[in-house]
Amino acid sequence: MSRAKPEPVQVVKQRRDSALKALIGGIPYVQWLGIQFDRRGDELTATLPFDEKLIGNPFLPAIHGGVTSAFLEITAMIELSWSMLWEEMEKGTLDPRALDAQHLPRLPKTIDFTVDYLRSGLPRDAYARARVNRSGRRYASVHVEAWQDNRARLFAQATGHFLIPTRQPLAAPPEGTATE
Amino acid sequence: MTDPSPAQRFIEAIPHSRALGMQLEEIGEGRAVISMPYDARFIGDPATGVIAGGAVSALMDTCCGAAVMSYPGARGTATLDLRIDYMRAAKPGQRIIARAECFHASRTVAFVRATAHDEDEGLPVATASGAFTMESVTREGGK
Repeated sequence: MSRAKPEPVQVVKQRRDSALKALIGGIPYVQWLGIQFDRRGDELTATLPFDEKLIGNPFLPAIHGGVTSAFLEITAMIELSWSMLWEEMEKGTLDPRALDAQHLPRLPKTIDFTVDYLRSGLPRDAYARARVNRSGRRYASVHVEAWQDNRARLFAQATGHFLIPTRQPLAAPPEGTATE
Repeated sequence: MTDPSPAQRFIEAIPHSRALGMQLEEIGEGRAVISMPYDARFIGDPATGVIAGGAVSALMDTCCGAAVMSYPGARGTATLDLRIDYMRAAKPGQRIIARAECFHASRTVAFVRATAHDEDEGLPVATASGAFTMESVTREGGK
């Protein structure tokens, strides 16, 4: 029995990139803020390019605290959705070609979100990465960090709890099974 | 509560609040009321048309900051931390109104809580509580 030939790298990358693009491209608010995502394997980094409309304090000037909060929340929510998509893609239960703005997995709902403002956001690009600390059947806890010029000098961090959407119809578990 | 017009100019001076279409309804004595119109550009979930939590956060943060600024003796403020609890989805198409109250302030820290409603005045869409820095005129040196 011969081993199956591994998929060409371009095919794998294209599949993952198109799934990510479908996930992000369908959210108007993400587009309005100008947030982009870079992918290295399953790791995502969000970028918020600086723009005048993001300013909260024109005298300093500094990025609006609400923008920082929104940027962190989007990064956390996309990371959580992405981790679920990734799992289904790798298992082969989800075909990203079937994904577009009309056919996206339901997004998680934010239950609560707590932002810790460490220093003021400078008028420069900002970056963020999130980590899913716990993801069960119903709830997930996600931590997210944001920085600007120096990765080690965070300007904000946050923790949020999310309600995981019921997985339908792509990977609905058989009735009577409790999976976690 | 004072006439909102000078305070509205204050909100207008904040580019992000202006970009989100925020309108100051009332302000004074550590309380502020700010509203934000429904806008398709701020949708967070394309499947439902519900406004993004982040846009509601921005409204809450602005409203809490305005409440601190209107506290007697306040000269400046910045958010230290803000927690938002999302109770329910805001109805697509409806304006969101945030009400914030600075219920205690020392010379250095202000404590604020806020609620956000759509046109249904019952259960809030979200509630918030936060701590803000307080630059007060009574502070020694008055820098």
